Amino acid sequence: MTLSTPSSLAGTQEHLPWQRYFGFSTDHKVIGLQYLVCGFLFYFIGGALAGALRTELLTPISDFMPREVYNEVLTMHGTIMIFLWIVPVVNGAFGNYLIPFYVGARDMAYPRLNAVAFWMIPPAGLLLISSYFLGGASQSGWTAYPPLSLSTAATGQVIWILSVLLLGGSSIFGAINFVATVLKMRRPGLKMMQLPMYCWAMLGTSILVLLSTPVLAGTLVLLSFDIVAHTGFFNPAMGGNAVVYQHLFWFYSHPAVYIMVLPAFGLVSEILPVHARKPLFGYTTMVYSIMAIVFLGLIVWAHHMFTSGTPPWMRLFFTIATSFIAVPTGIKFFNWLATLWGGSISLNTAVMFSCGFIVNFVFGGITGVALAQVPFDIHVHDTYFVVGHFHYIVYGGTVFVIFASMYHWYPKVTGRMLNEPLGQLHFWLTFIGLNLCFAPQHWLGLNGMPRRVAEYDPQFQFINQLSSVGALLMAVSTLPFLINVIWSAYRGAVAGDNPWNALTPEWLTSSPPPEHNWHGEAPLVHEPYGYGLKSPAAS
Amino acid sequence: MTTSLPSPSSGPVASDHSAAESTEHHPDHRLFGLATFLVADGMTFAGFFAAYLTFRAVNPLPEGAVYELELLLPSINTLLLLVSSFTFHRAGSALKRDDRPVCRRWLLITATLGLCFLAAQLKEYFSLPFGLTDNLYGSTFYAITGFHGLHVTLGSLMILIIWWQSREGGRVSSQNRFPLEATELYWHFVDGVWVVLYGILYLL
Repeated sequence: MTLSTPSSLAGTQEHLPWQRYFGFSTDHKVIGLQYLVCGFLFYFIGGALAGALRTELLTPISDFMPREVYNEVLTMHGTIMIFLWIVPVVNGAFGNYLIPFYVGARDMAYPRLNAVAFWMIPPAGLLLISSYFLGGASQSGWTAYPPLSLSTAATGQVIWILSVLLLGGSSIFGAINFVATVLKMRRPGLKMMQLPMYCWAMLGTSILVLLSTPVLAGTLVLLSFDIVAHTGFFNPAMGGNAVVYQHLFWFYSHPAVYIMVLPAFGLVSEILPVHARKPLFGYTTMVYSIMAIVFLGLIVWAHHMFTSGTPPWMRLFFTIATSFIAVPTGIKFFNWLATLWGGSISLNTAVMFSCGFIVNFVFGGITGVALAQVPFDIHVHDTYFVVGHFHYIVYGGTVFVIFASMYHWYPKVTGRMLNEPLGQLHFWLTFIGLNLCFAPQHWLGLNGMPRRVAEYDPQFQFINQLSSVGALLMAVSTLPFLINVIWSAYRGAVAGDNPWNALTPEWLTSSPPPEHNWHGEAPLVHEPYGYGLKSPAAS
Repeated sequence: MTTSLPSPSSGPVASDHSAAESTEHHPDHRLFGLATFLVADGMTFAGFFAAYLTFRAVNPLPEGAVYELELLLPSINTLLLLVSSFTFHRAGSALKRDDRPVCRRWLLITATLGLCFLAAQLKEYFSLPFGLTDNLYGSTFYAITGFHGLHVTLGSLMILIIWWQSREGGRVSSQNRFPLEATELYWHFVDGVWVVLYGILYLL
């Protein structure tokens, strides 16, 4: 029995505070911050790789690095950004930090499993990066499509598979914890429909992780057999079927997009009501929208494969199902707008990044609906249009929300505010940089520039240089952020326990929170969004 | 954390927490966590089955390739696993009654059935007319049955471990049934997967 109580895992308190962050701590707040810092380190590596790609693309010829290295860099960039930055941070970091507060628990349901899940990530990341020095990293992109992944350097590909398997395992362990914590660890008296929206988002995300990640794991094991044991599962030359790999891969990797954005939807739903001083609009429709996205997200994967010889009935089905996803997503957008509507909005950096998210994601969403249409998709498949669309979703969408969350929750974690002018500078540099970098790529794609190639037709040079300038701005935007985070930790204005006058439970404790989250009993918050009501229902 | 105040609700669950309250003494959710994990594990098999069925549907065997399965051994194996699910259940009931000798006997029978299954599986492997790399169906057959066999191997080991732990003075007892119940749930899952596997790989 002692297994499931955090108390049996004591001992961490005897260390100095900073040491806990480098060890096997089972405190959900420590683990959340471990995910966050680890994720940011990989973000900087992945960002540097993106910088290398954009430098190469300044000129139409391959002059900055050899072509093989370009392939390795683009593979590493994609894999690191998805599996080591966005997924761990938007799920692991914020999920671990916030979910126990939101359900009124002292910790996650399985604290040790939680720590194990985190500690699978650094080795996996180092393993992935080490492959570059062990005979060359994988060159087949983050999708690792066979037969390409079967014909490029085998060592790098196998290490890539091992690394992704580790990260997938970590993700599954995390999801088990989130499902159990949200469903089973709620404070007595707290109903599901009274939970902050991020809990619902993480529940939905975890369902997706549990149902789809194992399929990717199995597929990658088969792919490794093809490489190591010379079986022919996905090798057409040996009677295998490469399209089956694509189906299985996208059965995970399309839900993966929702694994990356659903938590962001949840976080935005926490941030906007606080700073608009209004209840979250349409709570119930938000919940149903999340669950609709979870369901639809599982049955749309083949829209990535319209050029893979998919039969007409399949195209029809997946086009319709994909288009349907716009409905719940649209509901969420109008709910956010309605939340802001008529509110007394503080235009601080957290809100700026949240609004930036709304703008970017609407644009990325619209190009997404366009891409779901077969005739259009066939025209722009595997061009820079897809690259532009995807980065509007994951960077303009999720990464913007990660930054918004940093500005929103930094005071809770450290007890000090982030600097606002630096934050505004960070926002505008990021926002202009993102749009300058990725908007022109839609034009490139429509005019036929293929993605993942180091060389291109000289007519595209100017637009590519424009895009690279945008990338440079995004790189520069990291500086005010980093300075802000480090400087404010020591010199920032003291925040107090609840600088935003928020009602959700993580604000109803000290900043930073004590080891077991509340000094006394956990508060029972029936209306986490009861802003502007006569009597806030926090008791 | 030795400075705990006397807590009114300190039942059999040892807690060294000062703030002993409702959120602290939550029920044991470990079986729920295992069930959640098994859903994920089941999806791995589902992916393999989907791949196998798709291969069968769209990839014809090349000229001269052999893919033939005998039914006798796997049918006996199905029976072995179904019986083992039953015997494991008997072991669980015995532990609930605190009848450890009977519980341990049923555990040993269950583990033996699992090991017999593995032996029969190996015998089948050596008698099949195709190997891992001979053709697509063969590769998929070995991957799926191998992955399942790995589950049976792990399960049999776990059964032997709880057989050892349920000895007099061991940590598995009628008060601490979790190790046995978790292994039992896992074992039923592995048996269930086999039934589906048998249907898809052998009967279809």
